[in-house]
Amino acid sequence: MRERRLVPRVALVLGLAFLYGPILSMIVFSFNNSRLVTVWDAAHSPTLKWYGALLHNEQILGAAWLSIRIAVIAASVAVVLGTLAGTALARLGAFRGRLLLAGMVTAPIVMPEVITGLSLLLMFVALGQLIGWPKGVGALTITLAHITFCMAYVTVVVQSRLAGFDESLEEAAMDLGARPARVFFRITLPLILPAIVSGWLLAFTLSWDDLVITQFVAGPGSSTLPMVIFSKVRFGVTPDVNALATIMVLLVATGVAISTVWMRYRERRRARDLQLAAAANL
Amino acid sequence: MTAAGDPDSAYVRMANLTKKFGDFTAVDAVSLDIRRGEIFCLLGGSGSGKTTLLRMLAGFERPSGGAIHIDGEDMSAIPPYERPVNMMFQSYALFPHMSVERNIAFGLEQEGLQRAEIRRQVGDILDIVKMGGFGSRKPHQLSGGQRQRVALARALVKRPKLLLLDEPLAALDRKLREHTQFELISIQQRLGVTCIVVTHDQEEAMTLGTRLGVMNHGRIAQVGTPSDIYESPVTRFVADFIGSVNMFEGRVSEDGAECVRIRSEELGCTVRAERSVHCVGGSTVWTAIRPEKINISRHRPLAASAQRADAAENVVRGTVREIAYMGDMSIYLVQLDSGRMMRVTLPNITRGTERGFAREESVWLSWHGSSPVVLTE
Amino acid sequence: MARLTSAAGRRLIAGIPTGWLLLLFLVPFIIVFRISFSEVRLAIPPYTPLLTFRHGSPALELHWSAYQFLFTDPLYVSSYLYSLKVAAVSTLCCLAIGYPMAYAIAHAGSATRPVLLMLIVLPFWTSFLLRVYAWIGLLKNNGVINNLLMSLGVIHHPLALLQTDFAVYIGIVYSYLPFMILPLYANLEKHDAALLEAAADLGARPARAFLRITVPQSFPGIVAGSLLVFIPAVGEYVIPTLLGRTDQLMIGRVLSDEFFENRDWPVASAVAILILLLLVVPILLFQRYQRRELEGAR
Repeated sequence: MRERRLVPRVALVLGLAFLYGPILSMIVFSFNNSRLVTVWDAAHSPTLKWYGALLHNEQILGAAWLSIRIAVIAASVAVVLGTLAGTALARLGAFRGRLLLAGMVTAPIVMPEVITGLSLLLMFVALGQLIGWPKGVGALTITLAHITFCMAYVTVVVQSRLAGFDESLEEAAMDLGARPARVFFRITLPLILPAIVSGWLLAFTLSWDDLVITQFVAGPGSSTLPMVIFSKVRFGVTPDVNALATIMVLLVATGVAISTVWMRYRERRRARDLQLAAAANL
Repeated sequence: MTAAGDPDSAYVRMANLTKKFGDFTAVDAVSLDIRRGEIFCLLGGSGSGKTTLLRMLAGFERPSGGAIHIDGEDMSAIPPYERPVNMMFQSYALFPHMSVERNIAFGLEQEGLQRAEIRRQVGDILDIVKMGGFGSRKPHQLSGGQRQRVALARALVKRPKLLLLDEPLAALDRKLREHTQFELISIQQRLGVTCIVVTHDQEEAMTLGTRLGVMNHGRIAQVGTPSDIYESPVTRFVADFIGSVNMFEGRVSEDGAECVRIRSEELGCTVRAERSVHCVGGSTVWTAIRPEKINISRHRPLAASAQRADAAENVVRGTVREIAYMGDMSIYLVQLDSGRMMRVTLPNITRGTERGFAREESVWLSWHGSSPVVLTE
Repeated sequence: MARLTSAAGRRLIAGIPTGWLLLLFLVPFIIVFRISFSEVRLAIPPYTPLLTFRHGSPALELHWSAYQFLFTDPLYVSSYLYSLKVAAVSTLCCLAIGYPMAYAIAHAGSATRPVLLMLIVLPFWTSFLLRVYAWIGLLKNNGVINNLLMSLGVIHHPLALLQTDFAVYIGIVYSYLPFMILPLYANLEKHDAALLEAAADLGARPARAFLRITVPQSFPGIVAGSLLVFIPAVGEYVIPTLLGRTDQLMIGRVLSDEFFENRDWPVASAVAILILLLLVVPILLFQRYQRRELEGAR
């Protein structure tokens, strides 16, 4: 059995190197003094000058701030809509329009972004002509578009969480006298909370990261961070983008590391509890 | 058990209760009365409709037809959260994010009781199920047996008029199950709550139930005490479902006032059954004989020796083909001269094997006239 | 819960998200479909209306010109074919790299498995755009790879790596690899080890057991992972724009150019409709898989 495992193991190591190599090179060159980016200037490196330049780049800072605001609003609304849709699909059985909802909710996940972007823009234009709202494209239309594709992901996360736990928990609550609304807030919501939190984080990341759809529905003066980065890198490598990438990788890595440690801790506590319970078996 | 035996004292009454899922009829016009204070066991295989019946009583399924009355009150329009009925779920359905105390208090909180009163009642019920001191634990910190007690306490603390138990012991291992059965009965008697238990385990149904209802294809096949059901099944299904049984097809040859005689080619002898059944001479019937009610001997039994061989009654010859030693008893599979197999069990009263029969040994099987049950359907 | 919540509550729970998606997902497609049958004109909006009123009665005006245009100009047909080729090759590469990785993770110890999974997912949480950008630095003429090879003396002139098919494959495989690995892992992890033991017991060598037992069983995971890579890759815009050829565009770029550069909304819409027609079967397949995954437990 041993030698058979060797091939996949080597593939795993090489695959991980493939995934992380480019990111590492980006981090290394963010400390490079040279403007040429990929030519290491040993005499004056490492340096933090690109980080300093980043702090004074009004365009990037402004775009980042806009992206954060859009991502927070889009993720929050998407979580509400996605939780509703996930609950409907996992708990309402066969209702009218179920197939429609199920079909529409998973489609944005695989739909090529150019199509989603184009169709949303044309809809906003048509709506603007019809009822005079929204007035032109900008942060508002970007947010509406982001909510739409983000809610698809939240729905999937919430639905699979709901499918994973027993419906009899909700029935038990009702059997004990709790009305439907109370059942939702006391039982269902606390149980799917982890899914809602990870759904929110996922939605935030997707919104923060989206370029193609955003380009279609954005207007003058509403450039998000990915749009600014794209216009910079489209015509070559720029060193301050390396610095920006490094900051973002570090933020994500820290967040993931904290959540991993936390989950590990909880798992270990749970394992200990299970041992105790087994020991106390009557 | 205030008015046991009085048919008018129906505490829970189901009348023509029906549930259809599309074309499929899960529960088919069931009419059933449950008495106050009894443990009624609904016994049936999977898909027999027993769980659907239970869920209609709890209010989770709306009946397609018929009515449910509890203590004289019509339940049709009452949602589950307002019914005087509580359920212990098969999975226990303990809320994983709440402590034992919070789980039990959940139902009381809906009633708007004072906090001190809730705490007192939770403490009382925890003592009754012997879980005092576990109140602050979370469900995943409990063993299977402890979770079962908490689930029971959570349903009992509401003082329901009717307690429903869905496969209450299925998740426990065998040793624990036996112990818990008796404890469940003692708690039930102490609190006097009326219970309906759904189970597929006949042993569990026999021990727990004051009465049993055997379900098949959405209908109640028979209702009675455990011994009624075991000793006097009314259909082939019930006879076959409960315990093991030897069943032979035959034809009524004589329908007397005290006994019937049935000629069975499959069995190779005439069966004389002492119970009178309503059956027409010449019609096809089945006789069912329990394996433990059959004698096995090396010599032709004395009572039968007097009879002519071709008119032998309740005695038949065969050859031992298989022997299974079970510890407390042994099972013999005896092939009759007709080719059919007959199952006979004998208790192993003594140590050693002097009573034992050997494989391929030729034996006589006989039984008392009170043993066979004659079934017409 | 199906029969328990009040009718009004149920209508609200399902109705709000359905309404949202109708307005912001389905209606937009209908509009795209509609505009694809218009003709471009110099006005706001820049296309002819579908319904015109002549002598007081409405008349339906269907123009096929956008579609005719797509089939007469070889640029569009070759873009479609090129996009399909790039997506197919990238998907196969993802599968070839991702399968052994997923297999190795599924067979790793229970302590290392979550760490490995986290390592696979982690890049996904960092910016997609920046990860593609990283490859420009690696692949360009005076980039990391060329510099390294030249300093080692392997080559004397820089290799043209950027703006090639190869660069696009690398970019797509790099960006979409986690989408291949995760469904494969989810499938492989569920396999019963006893099946392989049974196969070995019946005389199958490991390679044969792998081909006859593991691969057929992992088919749903292969299909799901491949669709998750293939469908978005067909319409990919960022990767070919940053890394790809300038003489051969992918169809997503064509759509974007028609819309932004030429301001030809009907042709852009027709391009979108034809992409959808190509992808409708894969998308429906994916949805079927997704539904089974989400509802299989019930």
